[in-house]
Amino acid sequence: MAEVHFTADLRSFTGGVSDVSVEASTVRQLIRALDELYPGLGERLSEGTSVAINGEIIADATYEELPPDAEVHFLETLAGG
Amino acid sequence: MALAEDTNPMQGFKWVGSRPIRPDGFDKVTGRAKFGADLVLPGMLTGAVLRSPHAHAEIVSIDTSDAEAMPGVKSVVTGADFPEPYGKPAEQDVQRNVMAREKALYEGHVIAAVAALTREQARAALGAIKVTYKVLPHVMNVTEAMADSAVVIHDNMITKNVDPAPEAPSNVASRTVFDGGELDKGFAEADVVVEREFTTKPVHQGYIEPHAAVADTTPDGRSTVWCSSQGHFAMRTYTSNVLGWDASRLKVIPAEIGGGFGGKTVIYLEPLAVRLSQKAGRPVRIVMDRDEVFRASGPTSGASLRVKIGAKNDGTITAADVWMAFEAGAFAGSPVGAASMTALAPYKLENFKIEGFDVVVNKPKVAAYRAPGAPISSFGVESVLDEVATKVGMDPIDFRMHNAVEQGDTATYGPKFPVIGFKETLQAIKDHPNYTAELGPNQGRGVASGFWFNAGMNSTATVNINDDGTATVVTGSPDIGGSRASMALMAAEELGIDVVSIKPVVADTETVGFNDVTGGSRVTLATGAAVVEACRIIVADLKARAAKGWDIEADQVEWVDGRAQPIDGSQPAVSLAELAKNWGRTGGPISATYSHNARGVGAAFSTQVCDLEVDPDTGRVTVLRYLTAQDAGRAIHPSYVEGQLQGGVAQGIGWALNEEYIHNDDGVMENPGFLDYRIPVASDLPMIDTVIVEVPNPAHPYGVRGVGEVGIVPPLAAVANAVAAAADRRITDLPLSPVRILDAILNSED
Repeated sequence: MAEVHFTADLRSFTGGVSDVSVEASTVRQLIRALDELYPGLGERLSEGTSVAINGEIIADATYEELPPDAEVHFLETLAGG
Repeated sequence: MALAEDTNPMQGFKWVGSRPIRPDGFDKVTGRAKFGADLVLPGMLTGAVLRSPHAHAEIVSIDTSDAEAMPGVKSVVTGADFPEPYGKPAEQDVQRNVMAREKALYEGHVIAAVAALTREQARAALGAIKVTYKVLPHVMNVTEAMADSAVVIHDNMITKNVDPAPEAPSNVASRTVFDGGELDKGFAEADVVVEREFTTKPVHQGYIEPHAAVADTTPDGRSTVWCSSQGHFAMRTYTSNVLGWDASRLKVIPAEIGGGFGGKTVIYLEPLAVRLSQKAGRPVRIVMDRDEVFRASGPTSGASLRVKIGAKNDGTITAADVWMAFEAGAFAGSPVGAASMTALAPYKLENFKIEGFDVVVNKPKVAAYRAPGAPISSFGVESVLDEVATKVGMDPIDFRMHNAVEQGDTATYGPKFPVIGFKETLQAIKDHPNYTAELGPNQGRGVASGFWFNAGMNSTATVNINDDGTATVVTGSPDIGGSRASMALMAAEELGIDVVSIKPVVADTETVGFNDVTGGSRVTLATGAAVVEACRIIVADLKARAAKGWDIEADQVEWVDGRAQPIDGSQPAVSLAELAKNWGRTGGPISATYSHNARGVGAAFSTQVCDLEVDPDTGRVTVLRYLTAQDAGRAIHPSYVEGQLQGGVAQGIGWALNEEYIHNDDGVMENPGFLDYRIPVASDLPMIDTVIVEVPNPAHPYGVRGVGEVGIVPPLAAVANAVAAAADRRITDLPLSPVRILDAILNSED
């Protein structure tokens, strides 16, 4: 199970829920599952978000595998200088 | 991360950590290096750009017929020569920024461009282009832009991340919020609460080399572009997008780059040069003047902030509330998101809220600038922390140490920190003699810390072994901060040959695999890891070839100091040069390529202390001493790392003390040159002392974190805190220019 933590921006999609456990083995599966739970969230997560998996921020994580009990955060994509 | 599994970052190295002369040094000091403006092609035309004189205006009509008939003029382009904006909103913004369409959105916005035989002819033709404007009201800062009565720049801009979504458009592109705990409860627990408001002005990266591009478009519909950028693959992507072309029609060749700092991760001139060249049938070169660089390329945001922090008398921070609004320029996309994520990241906090707004104004579209956004939010937060520390009677380093994050702590932006070296930077400052140096009258000391994520992203490296035993390391990462040297050092370490036997090359978009921009402090980490892996493939190949000669299995061969030798010592070792000489009979050329989307990024922290003196009669600030301690993970080339640390501090001091865009009431910039836009020069600054802290990033083969950005995060607050101590009053509006300081001394009630 992946443990997903939502920022305040994303909680408007989840009705205020800040944490949820979801069965998924890749980020793509996770986004699909989250969209089923919270319709519209999938599209939001697919545009301009990075994914932090167990603390490591990954810019393009769609096909990233999720280790067991992964801690997942969806974050704004960052630009460096 | 697979790359690090067989590596002990604490092991001793022969080349990594040494300080060889830079591979590009000779060409640069002798003037042989070719920068963007240096290229001359047969039949080449000179391009010039017509820019809007108005901050906000409807473009009623453009008549280029007189200009096209002028002597020497070979082509003219306007918005009509480019596809109607299409694609994602951010892509359309770039298309409209490169060439204005219905409206000019800032003074300097491109209206048309001309290519002619000479620069004088091109400039004369600009004057013959007839443009009819309908001038519109403009907004120049977040306060004006967020007012209910403000003119709305984009009539389709509905604020994102607001629930419910607004029905009417505004100049607020989006809202960002991070929060945790209970803010009211946290402030109720505090013994001390400090709240301040701050403002910062847009500042430019100040790269010495202006933007330049040469395009040679051929009748087959392809174009070769030479340009100064932080990433020629990105330039290819962006330029082809603006033109409506497949990227494969463009070949982009990197010129040497005279500074970027984030400002050359975007395009301005390239599509104009390609289209002018296409229409003229000849190569076209466009080079910005310095005033064009200021008026039309992206600075970083000006901002307004409100910061409130509470703490107990024992120094524990109990609550923090940060509100920020960032100027994005004429299109959405300020770094307020990153500013929000970094604002409180160095500290353990249970109760906090960070709210940020991305606001469009009639100024150039902002571009990245070293750790984009973080210096601005850090300025507010670290200034207030300084006051809180004073009020609870704690040394500012001790106060930060008491609240500092370490491995396993949850960052205010969500995830937990891996191995980090923040506390080590604090201790390094406290242990340095600068921290206890005696201060005289009108002198003050200021401390600040900062955090930046760093980045990984995509990189490719090819390593070729030459038949004389040397190696060529080919990447597509433009060398801005010493990456040629660091690539060569890591390759030397892996291959076991002298670093002078390795030639690092930055290749064009058709010669090497894809590389993302040189930005995010990522190249030594990501492209460096690709080089390491390519070298390891080559070493495995060399061991296999040597094994053939000894009729043993490859796993019975070890690679020691650039030589293959049987593990059992039954045969004399064979050098890389000897193996290279015989490559034809052992399997052909020796080459390897490694591509990856890099993982294992190591976060960076910096702590700095500034000593300065304020002249109470003039308000002038003299920086006396400056010390920066930064966790580099591992310094591959310590001299370059020190240079990065010093460069970030120098730019941050300029941001704090002098730099600002000044616009008149018409929204026209009044100081678009280095005479009136004052960046620090060598005579303005003392030697900036550096301490390279090395807490290795366990996810990188050599422990690298990335060093290019975080050094600019603390200086704004470190300088402001020192000025507050020296002048005995706090000034919360940057820059801390002599006029502003003198005004505070004479008029402040503080």
